[in-house]
Amino acid sequence: MIRVNNKWEIEWQPGMTIRDLLVACKFTHHYVAVSVNGRLVPAEEYDTWLVADRDEVQVIHIIAGG
Amino acid sequence: MEMKEITQERIEALRAGHKVLAEFHYEPRPVERGYAGKTLYVNVSTNTIGAKPVDERMKRTFIGGRGFDLWLLWNAVKSDTRWDSPENEIVIASGPLGGIVQYPGTGKSIAVTISPLTGIPVDSNVGGYFGPLLKFSGFDALEVQGIADREVIVFIDGNAGLVQIMEAPEESVNSHILAEEIVALFGQTPQEKQGVSSVSSGVGAEHTLIGCLNFSFYDPRRKLTRLKQAGRGGIGTVLRKKKIKALVVKYVGVKGDSNHPTDLETIQQVGAKMHREIYERDPIMFTMRLDGTNHLTKIMNDYDILPVHNFRYGSHPEAEKIYSPHFQKYFVYDAPDGCWYGCTLACAKFAAGLELRTGPYKGQTVTVDGPEYETVAGIGANCGIWDAHAVLEANFYCDAYGIDTISFGTAMAFAMECYEEGILTPEITGGLKLNFGNADAMLEALHQMSRGEGFGVIIGQGVRRMKQIFVERYGADPQFLQDIGMEAKGLEYSEYVTKESLAQQGGYGLANKGPQHDEAWLIFMDAVNNQIPTFEDKAEALHYFPMWRTWFGLNGLCKLPWNDVEPADNRTRYKGIEAAKVPEHVENYVRLFRAMTGRDDVQSGADLIRMSEAVYNFQRIFNLKMGSGTREHDAIPYRSVGPVTDAEYESRAERYDQQLRELVGVDPSGMTTAEKRQALRRYREAQYEKLIDAVYKRRGWNERGIPTLEKVRELGIDFPEVVALIEAHTQKGT
Repeated sequence: MIRVNNKWEIEWQPGMTIRDLLVACKFTHHYVAVSVNGRLVPAEEYDTWLVADRDEVQVIHIIAGG
Repeated sequence: MEMKEITQERIEALRAGHKVLAEFHYEPRPVERGYAGKTLYVNVSTNTIGAKPVDERMKRTFIGGRGFDLWLLWNAVKSDTRWDSPENEIVIASGPLGGIVQYPGTGKSIAVTISPLTGIPVDSNVGGYFGPLLKFSGFDALEVQGIADREVIVFIDGNAGLVQIMEAPEESVNSHILAEEIVALFGQTPQEKQGVSSVSSGVGAEHTLIGCLNFSFYDPRRKLTRLKQAGRGGIGTVLRKKKIKALVVKYVGVKGDSNHPTDLETIQQVGAKMHREIYERDPIMFTMRLDGTNHLTKIMNDYDILPVHNFRYGSHPEAEKIYSPHFQKYFVYDAPDGCWYGCTLACAKFAAGLELRTGPYKGQTVTVDGPEYETVAGIGANCGIWDAHAVLEANFYCDAYGIDTISFGTAMAFAMECYEEGILTPEITGGLKLNFGNADAMLEALHQMSRGEGFGVIIGQGVRRMKQIFVERYGADPQFLQDIGMEAKGLEYSEYVTKESLAQQGGYGLANKGPQHDEAWLIFMDAVNNQIPTFEDKAEALHYFPMWRTWFGLNGLCKLPWNDVEPADNRTRYKGIEAAKVPEHVENYVRLFRAMTGRDDVQSGADLIRMSEAVYNFQRIFNLKMGSGTREHDAIPYRSVGPVTDAEYESRAERYDQQLRELVGVDPSGMTTAEKRQALRRYREAQYEKLIDAVYKRRGWNERGIPTLEKVRELGIDFPEVVALIEAHTQKGT
């Protein structure tokens, strides 16, 4: 199980990347900052960075809104 | 914004009707360090005009813009002043940073009045050229008092040093024509036309309480006048009550140093860096230059935050039909679209080629500025109208008639839900079938507002008054209407679903003027990013961000260049909500303020926050003066907190059931939907009360939401009337 934003639990799958995790969370916003266990992941590595079971992931949506 | 030319014959007819009722001459003086040093007072009842000095305490305490507006209004009204009392004023100001041409987003005006919707001060922030041109004409603010006995125009010639109140019987009332007439009347050359800006409203404002002000600017490349709206709170209704067709300023000669700043070089440096950042970052961040604010519609729909069917739901399968691409085909990208010189963020969007299908201008091809996200979400999604043309047509007519698109959208959505619930019938609505999705009925109700007839006029009274009318006349359940009527303090909600964000419930409920998002927009930080999980975290955010955003209104600034673009390294240099503050941009504003005013005591963002805190608390106390400003007035409808109906609950049953188990400690299995709703409601309403307690404490207010004497003394707003008000309310404990 992967804990996201200390709020949601997403079932871990072997070979799961950051991109897969964002899809599983239905996070469609294109501009996010992702940290895994406190370490910032460069955006260009979202397709290749493998998430491990029990990782703590933070996905910060960068959006200014109204 | 209409493509038709104003003929010379028409101009002569307009001029022939002008009769000067009062005249005031003054010696134009250059602005110094961002301040003109005077404010202009105009009374259209007595036809008197005068100037008032701006002293050092006024500058230190109220800074400018919204601060000056509130101070002047405070001194003009009594606690029993109503929106339609002669002593009520419309006050409009720029601010010390207003009119800078080297930094983006510096052309804002802030308009304030006692609102017909709320009975308390409303502040509304708007683009267009009026505020800066007013300042360069010699006035930091304009206060207009009284009610004229005939239709008038107030004209300020900043080059000649002349102010006139003139009878104006012939001019149009609807802004899209009137603004063109004003430019034709007072500007001869393209340069002069650019130096003319008007504030007007429309016939819809006369028959409703949701009238907006239109602030104009002349677009020389397209050779027409464009309009930006001070939408919230019914200020246009007040303008038309005063029988003012237009407030007009003319000032030709805006230059790079028109503010005579202390340190122009620093302003140029900070501005150049910011412009580079916008060019590099906007295309990969929020595409403001391409889409304007409507880029938000898709995001809000994806995250269940887009108001659908009177805020029942946060998304809809057909929402794609009102995403940005469906409006881009109307946009003309042949010229930069800033609403003041030098704004490279350029979020204003010029939509052309709109052929009107309804109303008095049916068949005409017109242009319109927008649509903004709020308009698309309010008139489109919230009313279930998935039709870009209908939304754009309603946007045009709202502007032309002088009607706030946000209050219109939210009020219309409320009426539509009441219709679908059977509270309203075709007999009551005069045949209008107000089902969600009925664009024709929506547009007809809008035209009725302009004509002052039919059920549209009832909708135009706003949600609070509709609730009362529907209960009294049609036997509606008052509790149900209270739950689904999306207003607080009398103002209609702007267009975000807040059910999953406790912090944003507070952002709306605790906003001084009522539920407008310009005080705090915390939904993603709270509900998605989970960055402010505790009450203390939320209270801190509900202290910092409303204070910070207030600062833009004090200075004549737009908030967009603050956080609608960020430096590339913002999220690596700063963590958590510190990053959301965009510290590098805060530093830009510190440097700009110091470079403009020469105030070397201003060293950090904390100094800017303190400026806002004084004005923000003063506005809270102003509410108190007007009979509001206490805890009960911070109450919000339950629809903004949680699911009101079984259908709402069932639509997100998995989410709510999980919350019952994990947060409330209740096992939902075996419970009816109604029982589950009630259990969730008890929990969520208690959470909101706890949030209020935490925010009051953080802001230095007592448990009833009144700033303490200690706080007002600390902020330097301990004027005798302020102290007396607080003492009276503290003693009586009411």
